[in-house]
Amino acid sequence: MPKLTINGMEIEVEPGLTVLQACELAGIEIPRFCYHERLSVAGNCRMCLVHMERAPKPVASCAMPVGEGMVIETDTPEVRKMRKGVMEFLLINHPLDCPICDQGGECDLQDQAMGYGTDRGRYLENKRAVKDKNLGPLIKTIMTRCIHCTRCIRFATEVAGVQELGATGRGENMEVGTYVEKALTSELSGNMIDLCPVGALTSKPYAFTARPWELKKTESIDVLDAVGCNIRVDTRGAEVMRILPRINEDVNEEWISDKTRFACDGLGRQRLDQPYVRRDGKLEPATWDEAFAAIADKVKASAPKKIAAIAGDMACAESMMALKDLMTGLGTPHIDCRQDGTKLDASSRSGYLFNSTIAGIGGADALLLIGTNPRIEAPVLNARIRKRSIRGGFQVAAVGGVEEGADLTYDYEHLGADTGVLHSLSEGKHPFAKVLKKTDKAMLVIGQGALTGPDGGKVLGLARAIAESCGMVNKGAWNGFNVLHTAAARVGGLDLGFLPGRDGYDVEGMLSAAESGKLDMVYLLGADEIDMSRLGSAFVVYQGHHGDAGAHRADVVLPGAAYTEKNSTFVNTEGRVQRTHLAAFPPGEAREDWTIVRALSDVLGHTLAYNDLSEVRGRLVEANPIFLSLDEATPAAWGDFGEQGRLGGGTVGSTAIDNFYMTDPISRASATMARCTETRSGGQQDKTGTDG
Amino acid sequence: MLKDQDRIFTNIYGLEDTGLKAAKKRGDWSRTKTLMNKGREKIIAEVKESELRGRGGAGFSAGMKWSFMPKEVTDRPHYLVVNADEGEPGTCKDREILRNEPHKLIEGALLASFAMNANAAYCYVRGEFFRETEALQRAVDEAYEAGLIGEDACGSGYKFDFYIHRGMGAYICGEESALIESLEGKKGQPRMKPPFPANCGLYGCPTTVNNVESIAVTPAILRRGASWFAGIGKPNNTGPKLFNISGHVNNPCTVEEELGIPLKELIDKHAGGVIGGWENLGAIIPGGSSVPMLPPEICETVTMDFDALSAVKSGLGTGAVIVMDKNTDLIRAICRLSRFYKHESCGQCTPCREGTGWMWRMMERMASGDAKVEEIDLLEDVTRQVEGHTICALGDAAAWPIQGLIRHFRPLLEQRIADRQAGKSTEAA
Repeated sequence: MPKLTINGMEIEVEPGLTVLQACELAGIEIPRFCYHERLSVAGNCRMCLVHMERAPKPVASCAMPVGEGMVIETDTPEVRKMRKGVMEFLLINHPLDCPICDQGGECDLQDQAMGYGTDRGRYLENKRAVKDKNLGPLIKTIMTRCIHCTRCIRFATEVAGVQELGATGRGENMEVGTYVEKALTSELSGNMIDLCPVGALTSKPYAFTARPWELKKTESIDVLDAVGCNIRVDTRGAEVMRILPRINEDVNEEWISDKTRFACDGLGRQRLDQPYVRRDGKLEPATWDEAFAAIADKVKASAPKKIAAIAGDMACAESMMALKDLMTGLGTPHIDCRQDGTKLDASSRSGYLFNSTIAGIGGADALLLIGTNPRIEAPVLNARIRKRSIRGGFQVAAVGGVEEGADLTYDYEHLGADTGVLHSLSEGKHPFAKVLKKTDKAMLVIGQGALTGPDGGKVLGLARAIAESCGMVNKGAWNGFNVLHTAAARVGGLDLGFLPGRDGYDVEGMLSAAESGKLDMVYLLGADEIDMSRLGSAFVVYQGHHGDAGAHRADVVLPGAAYTEKNSTFVNTEGRVQRTHLAAFPPGEAREDWTIVRALSDVLGHTLAYNDLSEVRGRLVEANPIFLSLDEATPAAWGDFGEQGRLGGGTVGSTAIDNFYMTDPISRASATMARCTETRSGGQQDKTGTDG
Repeated sequence: MLKDQDRIFTNIYGLEDTGLKAAKKRGDWSRTKTLMNKGREKIIAEVKESELRGRGGAGFSAGMKWSFMPKEVTDRPHYLVVNADEGEPGTCKDREILRNEPHKLIEGALLASFAMNANAAYCYVRGEFFRETEALQRAVDEAYEAGLIGEDACGSGYKFDFYIHRGMGAYICGEESALIESLEGKKGQPRMKPPFPANCGLYGCPTTVNNVESIAVTPAILRRGASWFAGIGKPNNTGPKLFNISGHVNNPCTVEEELGIPLKELIDKHAGGVIGGWENLGAIIPGGSSVPMLPPEICETVTMDFDALSAVKSGLGTGAVIVMDKNTDLIRAICRLSRFYKHESCGQCTPCREGTGWMWRMMERMASGDAKVEEIDLLEDVTRQVEGHTICALGDAAAWPIQGLIRHFRPLLEQRIADRQAGKSTEAA
């Protein structure tokens, strides 16, 4: 381990670190603009210059690897003078428009100018002006503010995997932009806003709406996909102003997808803020009492076996627990949390988890994708696959899920969509099976698209057979069998057994039963993705936060809380139990979801045995002790799951998502996501003349 | 003064045929296989002993540079890159070699590549050198045909390929790491060092980048011996070197001379003296546009070698002597150079990107006299803020001419400003 001296302090650090990192370990902060831990080193801002003994010139500490016996000075008058010089250069062509800049208050340049700037400028010439670029509906550019750190370029190229940003021109005419004017096609583009150290790239939807010091920051969890990205919700009053990522090395590093970041404007639109009851075919505002009474009347009039409940994609574990208990109390076995109709079963926990864990992708050697397009189903997870892929020695193949030639941001082999490929893989006949067998840590990811339909269970069983025959499992701690969920609620629902009981209907069964009039009442807990037209004449109770498909069909609407408005528990695709926190109160009459079910249970005469949040959570733990281990992905034992049997031809299902930007009631209500959809589908965007 | 028999580039003026036959008659490609038979270590040792310093401008020991290459080829091939992107204003020595002595370069490339275990050499030729590229390509074709290079170079059993790559007209691509980037097909922007090219260069492989002249003189060193080369010039500044003398001299020329020749002698003997006599001398830039200019008092005595010129706070650079007589508007001349560097800055790192433009704009006002006297100090300060703080040496190259001007001709600047304030016409026509 190299030993070096920093400001007279001796420190021993890991070999391979840079001087800047060593300085940080020694507790010395080095100013920087272009350096970022998760991007390649550019060394172009020159802010991190330090003095190194025996070096003829000052060295950029971000790019200099540590060496034995280095003597580094970071705080001499000369070093400070150098940094002041660099800061002056950065500022001469930077517009001092901080009062109208959205980055104001959280700007690296502002902060560091406090340390290294001067109180007056010496630059008497005209400042440079740069034409703004149109990067699409998410990122607003004010390119005059750009300090050419190239973080955005490196992010796009390295992490997002789209070669769309670059610098054109030379010297002071260098400009960052897309070479040909076009909107960025990355699902992760919003992260550039966080990366930009100045106000050159800011959030378009958030423009001119708030200052960072006005915002209340709440740490929470994202539920728009099943990755469970750690987020920070910034609110002003009751309004969610923006969503930012939080660092969690095991889950999202520090990235979030554009949907996670920008769909938050959907939280203010189409909201259900009071109960409704359908009278004479028309939904009319009602009080809670009236709504509950209407439900109670219906429940009393129905046989218990004619009542069913479906939990949706964004239902929290607490509300599902309460609803399950209520349904059990009423005596119906018809409950299901798999509204997309996947044939996952809860017999073995490893059968529905992303067992390798997201961070574990980094240690894998080969990957087989089955019926999934991770780029749109879980962009942040896809970035991990790309990160592993660019390190080399990582073969990827896809069966179904994506169109041949689709861009996943890394190289992969498309094996076709024929189900025969799966058989051939499981029997070890397929060439790629040899690749999987050869490697130490092979993994497969099976998507929801492959698990729907009548053959879903067999596909699952086949995937298990592939995992077993290719040596992905039962290999020490490595488990290479992974299910990639698209719904944040799903694993939680499976964990607490929100599944049909003995002789209970699954979602498909409920729909056909309802169609033929065998069900009297269906309780939708935020379930909007089912075919509402098949609910027949059943009495539908919709509990949720958005006026979407479910509420439209409902006979009684119970207004619930969105994920930013409640303290709730979600289990991500890895089986990691995480909690959201209340950032703003639900609008109007809306309430936290489990309390609604609890209140209803009272009216129905099956009072649930818990009165506050800690008691519900106690009940969760009782149902499944996994809910005790917060923020951890607990390894699940390999077990028996899926169905045996040959598939009768056909193809492996395509990805479960057709429009990344609109997958749930929140993103469907978001105007920003609508604009993204329009742009992506080839809609007109403002042209400024540089479009090819 | 260099003796005729010590000249390496005997056809630098192209008076004789440049083809292979004529080149062989001049001694090129003679006993090349024997030279290779000396073995790698011996070749590098000989070049080290000759004290050959790189002719591209920085003057780093060529033998030392070669010895930085890994001894054995492992998983990555080694490369030699010949830097023929001669863009330094005032410099035109490599051009003459490409035109008239291409076989010296190719033979040198073979020997250098052999010494460094490289089976391929890439020659990055400045895009504007169209005829020169043709001449070089002709010579390469001849050499392939004669079996001097190729699968079995000179019958030695060593495989050697020589590739020509044309640049697209960017000065910065003459910087070795930017050249490598450009060669790889990327935007020509200098890389951070470390890692140095000898460790991680072209396509991530061990690479040595050498100037055309450095490579072209190595066959002569190996043939005539290191002591012959080291005996020419001054200690630590050995050998003959091509000088380009341009500007206000009676006979601008390229000439091969020994290092350490007095500047005055160089100009008087070869360039026919300064126009209007030595007394008419205004200033001299002794080594291409990047080095600080010198006033006549220093030019009187200084010798043309690396150490002597850096002792007077200038540099030998490429050995391109730019002579300016008393009629020259020195401020305007340096201003023009500042504009050149502003134009050629790659824009990657902050001090150069922002500083070159700032310096040029200030120089414009200095030249017209519109600046304030205090700004001279500001300008000097800005050059110090750029110098040494950039990724490559372009920042230094932009700063030094201005520093030279201020160091030696500050009264001129002050006079210009005073004249302007007094309402006099300031600029020479």
